[in-house]
Amino acid sequence: MPLDKLDNLDNEDFTPLIVAFCCNWCSYAGADLAGTSRLSYPAEVKIIKVPCSCRIDPLFVLRAFQRGADGAILCGCHPGDCHYSTGNYYARRRITLFFSMLDYLGIEKQRTHLEWVSAAEGAKFAETMRAFTKQIHALGKNKKIAGGLRKELHANFSAYTGFGGQGGQGGQGAEPTEGRG
Amino acid sequence: MIQDLMIERAKQLLLSGEITCAAGWKRGDFITDSQPAIFESLQELENLVYDKYCAANLSKYLVGLNLKEGKILVFLKPCDSYSFNQLVKENLIKRESVYIIGIGCEGNIRLEEMQGTELLERCLVCTKTEHVVYDELVGEQLNAREARSRFEGVLELEQMSSGNRYGFWHEQLSRCIRCNACRNVCPSCNCRKCVFDNNKYDTGQKASVSTFEDQMFHIIRAYHVAGRCTDCGECSRVCPQLIELHLLNRKFIKDINTLYGPYQAGEDISAQGPLTDFNAKTDPEPGIIHQGGQADV
Ligand code: SF4
Ligand code: SF4
Repeated sequence: MPLDKLDNLDNEDFTPLIVAFCCNWCSYAGADLAGTSRLSYPAEVKIIKVPCSCRIDPLFVLRAFQRGADGAILCGCHPGDCHYSTGNYYARRRITLFFSMLDYLGIEKQRTHLEWVSAAEGAKFAETMRAFTKQIHALGKNKKIAGGLRKELHANFSAYTGFGGQGGQGGQGAEPTEGRG
Repeated sequence: MIQDLMIERAKQLLLSGEITCAAGWKRGDFITDSQPAIFESLQELENLVYDKYCAANLSKYLVGLNLKEGKILVFLKPCDSYSFNQLVKENLIKRESVYIIGIGCEGNIRLEEMQGTELLERCLVCTKTEHVVYDELVGEQLNAREARSRFEGVLELEQMSSGNRYGFWHEQLSRCIRCNACRNVCPSCNCRKCVFDNNKYDTGQKASVSTFEDQMFHIIRAYHVAGRCTDCGECSRVCPQLIELHLLNRKFIKDINTLYGPYQAGEDISAQGPLTDFNAKTDPEPGIIHQGGQADV
């Protein structure tokens, strides 16, 4: 899809969509703690829970971008603290290479970020999300690697989560190359 | 001539019962069209050719091969032997059911230059001058030619601004017709079911719906072979759209070399692959990518 067409897709004010992949044992618990401590973090951040940072397939991140995410932030236990002992060490290598490849392809590197957040770091979680959201606001809409499916994503997100009404077409998009657009 | 030596040796092995068939190349419709073939008899072996057009890497043809008895003979050029080794390491080839004859290589010709003498890109940067695995060597082992650094292209791209890089890749990857040739020829791409296959119908996925699909296909394909790609150059060779796929694979190789220490896939089957390994103390944080470098434009 030509870039200018993408621009016209939605003229409303820019509300970024940020996907945070959080590991179940540390970062997700950290997010929980932020919640119970009543620390607010931006509503633009949508959390996807994964069992371990090592579970984050680069395809997940690309898929998020295709479906209209403007930023992706990956969180896991601090190195050495992995619930599965070594998962995040593997993740660290993979994600480093993946970030480097995205940069190499000319995709803004500020759109991706990794932060180790432990279950006790609710404040750090909220702070990280605030800073990252600010960064994405400054960057603007993701055009380079988007599939042009923003609206659909918002609709789908409500369908999946039951928030926000309207409803989407449900979860048919799970097949890796079933592009819609 | 090396070709005659190869035929003769193959015949001997066949007669002695050491092997039951041989994998080599035969002439196709044109003189430039040497293609992989299996030879099962002395008579068929007469058609074996070995020339500058025998570019196909025969290692992949051995994947999943399950011989009931005997061995298969395969002819490997030095660079092919790396792919072979990597496949042995991944338990996709049984070393004991293959008899390898190592043959020298002077470089293969770019097919786009039918009449020309220009070598394939991979041959211009080739430093794989010795076989890493073989049962015997036949003929003269030429090699040791002068080679450019294979990372030149990657370096050049790295020095561009992020916007120009995007432009470059956009132009390259939007040419892709998703013929899947690069995937099918790659010795490292050997999943029975690829993530990019259509899972509704039993067909290979073709013709992507948007340029994004191509970006995603290529990023993920390069990523899936990262740490296993031997830089055999088959993907760039077969691409009908002349997309410089080696620039993607070599970026990973270069990153791995600089971040985690030099590693050549296929060289040593006992070595731990860089992505199935880690060093808790010295591995840099992914943030290293975000620091420094050029601002995005
Ligand atoms: S160079 Fe290409 S074909 Fe060869 S192993 Fe690497 S990705 Fe596969
Ligand atoms: S061989 Fe070339 S055109 Fe075919 S899928 Fe690979 S990159 Fe695309």
